[in-house]
Amino acid sequence: MAAIPLIRNFDPGAVFAFRNRRPIRVEEFLGEVRRLADLLPDRRFVVNLCSDRYQFTVGLCAALLRRQVNLLPPNVTPDLLKRLSLEYPDAYCLSDGEVQPPLQIETFLYQPAGNTVSASVPHIPEEQIAVIGFTSGSTGQPTPNPKSWGALAKSGLAEFERLGVAAHGNMSVLGTVPQQHSYGLESTVLMVMQGGLAMHAGRPFFPSDICAELEALPRPRGLVTTPVHLRVLLAEASELPAVDFLLCATAPLSPQLAIEAETRFAAPLHEIYGCTEAGQIAARRPTQTQEWSTLPGVSLHADEKGTWVRGHVDREVLLADVIELRGRNTFLLHGRTADLVNIAGKRTSLSHLNFHLNSVEGVRDGAFVMPEEDDGTVTRLLAFVVAPGLASETIMLALRQRIDPAFLPRPLCFVESLPRNETGKLSRVAVEDLVTRLAAKVG
Amino acid sequence: MNEPAMQAKLPGNALTTEELKLAQLMVSVLNLEIQAAEIDPTAPLFGDGLGLDSIDVLEVALAISKTYGVKLRSDDEHNQKIFNSLRSLNEHVQQQRGK
Repeated sequence: MAAIPLIRNFDPGAVFAFRNRRPIRVEEFLGEVRRLADLLPDRRFVVNLCSDRYQFTVGLCAALLRRQVNLLPPNVTPDLLKRLSLEYPDAYCLSDGEVQPPLQIETFLYQPAGNTVSASVPHIPEEQIAVIGFTSGSTGQPTPNPKSWGALAKSGLAEFERLGVAAHGNMSVLGTVPQQHSYGLESTVLMVMQGGLAMHAGRPFFPSDICAELEALPRPRGLVTTPVHLRVLLAEASELPAVDFLLCATAPLSPQLAIEAETRFAAPLHEIYGCTEAGQIAARRPTQTQEWSTLPGVSLHADEKGTWVRGHVDREVLLADVIELRGRNTFLLHGRTADLVNIAGKRTSLSHLNFHLNSVEGVRDGAFVMPEEDDGTVTRLLAFVVAPGLASETIMLALRQRIDPAFLPRPLCFVESLPRNETGKLSRVAVEDLVTRLAAKVG
Repeated sequence: MNEPAMQAKLPGNALTTEELKLAQLMVSVLNLEIQAAEIDPTAPLFGDGLGLDSIDVLEVALAISKTYGVKLRSDDEHNQKIFNSLRSLNEHVQQQRGK
C-alpha cells in the first residue's frame, strides 16, 4: 500500500510552528509526535479537543502513528458527545487543558515537553482512516464522514498548489478558525503540513489580538479567517499589519469587503469553498472573478439531483448548494438549498434543528425559520413553538444541551398552532405570514 | 405570545446609568428581545443568562470600540472575568476609558 509522508518540503531545522512567540523546529515537532505516540492509551478512537493548534497537530499525527482515528465533532454539546460516546465507546479525549472535557469520556491530558528531536518523517498508509468528520442529519444522529490519510494529504497539497502559496516561500499561517472544523483542519493544519509552511499555534479572537499576533510573525505571513471576523477586523482596527496572503471561507464574502481587505492588508485575498462531506473543492480570487475553479484532482458533474463532486474524498458527494456549472472546472455558487442554514459560517439543516426542538418534552409542535438576511450583522434563526404551559427558559435550556449556540432562536415565539397544510408541511407562504405577524407585534 | 421575564429586581441588581447605556448598546447591536432596563447586570452574559455566544462577543467588541474607544484584548489581566456579566464588562470598559 502506498504511504504519504506526514510533512513535506521541510528540512529539520526549519520552523514548523510559532507557539507563545517561540519558534518550534521541524525536528522538535517530529520528536514530540513520536514521544506522544508512545504515551497515548491503546484505543481506536480519539476526540482531539486541543485548542492550541500545534498541540492539536502533534495529537493528530501521534494518533495516526498509532493507527487511531481522530473524531471531529462539529460542536461539544452534551447531547452530541453522549451520542458519540455511545457510538464509539472506545473513544477517549485528548486535551491540552484549555477546554473542559466532557465528563463521560476518559481524557488524556497532553503537555508538550519539547526535549526530543527526530529527523525522520513518518509515512502513513494512504488508505488508513485518519479522521471522521460529522454532519448534522435530520434524525439527530450525526452522520459520519470518514477520510483517509491519502485524501487529507492530497487535499492539503492541492490547496497549497491552487492558492499559489509556494510563491510566498515558507509562509507563517495565522488562523482565527478552529482546527477541529473542516476549513481549519484543511487550511491551517493540512496545508501547512503538506506545503512546508509554519503555523501559528494560537487562535486570536479580538481584532487587536489578531493584529498583534500578525505583527509578531515574520514575513511572509498569511491570515486564514472568515467573513464575520474579517468584517469586524476591518471595522475596528485603524491600522492593519501588512500580510502576504489572505484566505476567507465558510460564508459568502461581499465584494466590497473583499476589495477593502485586499487594499488595506495589501495582499491578495482568496476564497475557498468546500464542506465536511467533500473536503475542499474550489477556490477563487473574488476581486477578480465571481467564478470558482476546482482544486487539482477535483471534478464535478450535474444530473437531475444536483451537482456531484469527486475528488479527494473517497466517494462522490452531492453538493447541498445550488451550483451553476460554467465549464468542466468552473462554476457559480447560487446559495443554499432550502433546508440548509449557515450562521456566521456554521452549517446545519432546518430538519436537524426541528428534530431537536420537537424532542423537547412539552413541545407539541415547533419549527425553526431562517429570515431574510440583511447585509449588516449576523441574522439569527427564529423558532415558533406550540408548548402550552412551558416556559421559554425551559425550552432554551433543553436546546442548549443539543444544538450549537449559534443556532439558538432569537426570538423563540409561542403560538397556538403552526399553520401546517394537509400533508403536514409548512408552506413558504404560511411561514412568511407568521414572520410578518411577529414583526407587526414587535415593531 | 412570549413568556414574560421572570427575574425579580433586587436592589443590588439595579442598573447604574453607565450600565444601562452599555445594555442599550448591546440590545441594539445584537437585536436582543429583552429590554435593556430589564437586564440583570449581575447575570451571566453567556449560556443560561443573556445567552450570548462568541459571534455576539465580536459584535459587542466592535460596538464598544466605536462608542467608547476601548479595544478589548484577550490578555487583559482579569480577562476571564470581563465577560462574566454586564457589570464586569462595564467596569472594564470604564476603567479602560480612563487610560
